[in-house]
Amino acid sequence: MTANNNVSQGSSLKEKLIAQKSLIALAVMIVVVSLLNPNFFTTGNILNILRQTAINAIIAVGMTMVILTAGIDLSVGSVLALCGAVGASLIAQGMPVVVAVGGALLLGAALGAVSGMIIAKGKVQAFIATLVAMTMYRGLTLVYTDGRPISTGFTEVADAFAWLGTGYLLGIPVPVWIMSLVFGLAWYLLNHTRLGRYIYALGGNESATKLSGINVDRVKVTVYGIAGFLSALSGLIVTSRLSSAQPTAGAGYELDAIAAVVLGGTSLLGGKGTIMGTLIGALIIGFLNNALNLLDVSSYYQMIAKATVILLAVLVDTKSK
Amino acid sequence: MSEPLLRLDGIEKSFPGVKALDGVTLNVHAGKVMALVGENGAGKSTLMKVLTGIYKRDAGALTYLGGKVEFKGPAESQKAGISIIHQELNLLPELSIAENIFLGREKIGPLGNIRWKDMYAEAGELLDKLGVKHSPRTRLGTLGIGEQQMVEIAKALSFESRVIIMDEPTDALTATETKALFNVINELRDTGHGIVYISHRLKEIFEICDDVTVLRDGKFIGEKAVADMDEDRLIEMMVGRRLEEQFPRVDVEPGKISLEIKDLHAPRVDGVSLSVHEGEILGVSGLMGSGRTELMKAVYGALPVESGTISIFGETKRIRSPKDALNAGIVYISEDRKADGLVLGLSVKQNMTLSALQAFCAKLGHVVRTQERRAVDGFIDAFNIKTPTRNQTVGNLSGGNQQKVSIAKGLMNRPKVLILDEPTRGVDVGAKKEIYQLINEFKEKGMSIILVSSEMPEILGMSDRIAVMHEGRICGEFPAEEADQEKLMACSVGKVREETTA
Repeated sequence: MTANNNVSQGSSLKEKLIAQKSLIALAVMIVVVSLLNPNFFTTGNILNILRQTAINAIIAVGMTMVILTAGIDLSVGSVLALCGAVGASLIAQGMPVVVAVGGALLLGAALGAVSGMIIAKGKVQAFIATLVAMTMYRGLTLVYTDGRPISTGFTEVADAFAWLGTGYLLGIPVPVWIMSLVFGLAWYLLNHTRLGRYIYALGGNESATKLSGINVDRVKVTVYGIAGFLSALSGLIVTSRLSSAQPTAGAGYELDAIAAVVLGGTSLLGGKGTIMGTLIGALIIGFLNNALNLLDVSSYYQMIAKATVILLAVLVDTKSK
Repeated sequence: MSEPLLRLDGIEKSFPGVKALDGVTLNVHAGKVMALVGENGAGKSTLMKVLTGIYKRDAGALTYLGGKVEFKGPAESQKAGISIIHQELNLLPELSIAENIFLGREKIGPLGNIRWKDMYAEAGELLDKLGVKHSPRTRLGTLGIGEQQMVEIAKALSFESRVIIMDEPTDALTATETKALFNVINELRDTGHGIVYISHRLKEIFEICDDVTVLRDGKFIGEKAVADMDEDRLIEMMVGRRLEEQFPRVDVEPGKISLEIKDLHAPRVDGVSLSVHEGEILGVSGLMGSGRTELMKAVYGALPVESGTISIFGETKRIRSPKDALNAGIVYISEDRKADGLVLGLSVKQNMTLSALQAFCAKLGHVVRTQERRAVDGFIDAFNIKTPTRNQTVGNLSGGNQQKVSIAKGLMNRPKVLILDEPTRGVDVGAKKEIYQLINEFKEKGMSIILVSSEMPEILGMSDRIAVMHEGRICGEFPAEEADQEKLMACSVGKVREETTA
């Protein structure tokens, strides 16, 4: 799938190698940590890692699309919190799960689309527009929750909602299924649809894309809308897992998502990158977090270790280009 | 003949799969201008990169000022006195002229302070020498392209360069600026500099160069004195075959009026009325800044129309975006391939179908790849586009092939009116002729073509009718038989104002 993907981007052997390089890094890490700690490579732990990774990975899918258009979205964490809180309060009010989930997802898409509008129509730089959105939505979350967690309650509806974050299907956690579905759809969208083609074109050369008769504003709004939608989806999973929405949820998640995208070989300049690269990037971060825990590295040192690994990966990546 | 200042001998350079340079020799003599010509992909740029040390050569020798030399990068070769003036200028528009000239080599006092006085004085001297009438304190961005190029030359002189290499220096220059540049080149020659002049414009080579070195497919074809050559022989050496008649005119009975513009006002367009028939080529001539490109972009919906009407086969169309224009059957191929034409990082296929992608889509925007491939391969074949596969990144193709991809992209929309803005800029001789043939084929099929060009022979050779623009207006319109270079030139500088109705 990855190979086909690369060919379709008209890219060379080099990019194929880069994509595989992060895969190799991931494999090496798994082997090394497995040797150091026998508890690492067990079905239970792997599934645990995948479930934890799902949150970041789903956000990173939206972030990939945004970055492919040469944009950035800093508001994902705040959107996650606000939509999680709205979802939780809808559940707590006894709304059916479908309504609560649908409402939160629509809200996420709308919040993202607003950023997209400000960027496309207002000609504001994506960094600034989404920085504003990040602050604004976090503020709205604090106002909405009054700064306190919102519990989903102990009703039947709440139990049903909890399935989203804690349930299993055929022995695999539900968030992992959702993540797989999101990646599958995103891969299809980027490689087999008109919108996908426009996303790459827009990031590669906005002026030429506009002159080709493409409504680039609409592409931008759509892409930020998708990013908002996926942030909301992650927010629902987090809320469901904890049976409550935290007003500070998702803080700093934008950086993990950006790191996953960059680790996956996507260029921050836009126009170049693959969704499967992002999956590998997110897995590297997920496995690394888990490994550092299992190896008993103090949480203070964990951040330093994480930063070092990301820096090394990106350095190797730029060297080979 | 004296020893050359700079000699590249038997240079070889391979990239995976291609031998880019195969035994190339180049001699640069003091007080002479050496033309370096060849089609795109012939190896000119690669040779320059080998010279300055950007690429490591596989074989061959560099002799400079009588000794063997080796440069590790452009900084080193420049320090040694070999300057390259690239097509895209390497200047900072927000800094002053003097700051640009001495960038990275500012004159420093004992306390690390910049000695502005000295810098301005020295820069002023250089500018005087080149006949640039600007203060060295002027912000570079306020200068025209031609003057900016002079600043690049001033910078080269400030290094006390012995060899100055100019890569397509006149591409963006007006006729007057070109003349000024030639004066400077003559002066540099008289002061004993060695000059390498890389250009596609054969006329200029006969005007300014003493010798010419021809490359083809990475091979050294020959070095000749310009005086012993004529244009046909030079072209023959470059393309390896004789090109008959450069502009293969075809006669087509013009049909109905397809596009009609009435009293169009837009930024830098001041009340233009024009019409084109089916099966007709309308040439639009005019100097840079005459509003040609703005007019075309307004018709295409890429610039806002302030007033006036645009109609297609008598039906008035509202055109507010390129999408509207495409729907109305108007296609515009930009003069600036890199910035406005192609997405260089995407493949040939993805570029070609970008603007007509809808036609290849099933439900929910699913791109039907078999259809897409068939269409793309059809154009690669019909246009003789030299690319290893349809998945090749477009940025890796030569200028001529990029231009063909760009035209193919427009034609995917099946236009009624095709607007070509400088379709042969930066395109080599062989590919040029192929593009002219394609344009004629479109004409035979009944398409209306508007050909915007700065190259007089191209306009005169291809068009059925020629309109000349000056300061945002049409200031003359001629049937091709009645037009000649002098008439067009006089018109484009605003000397004549004869309004003829089509």
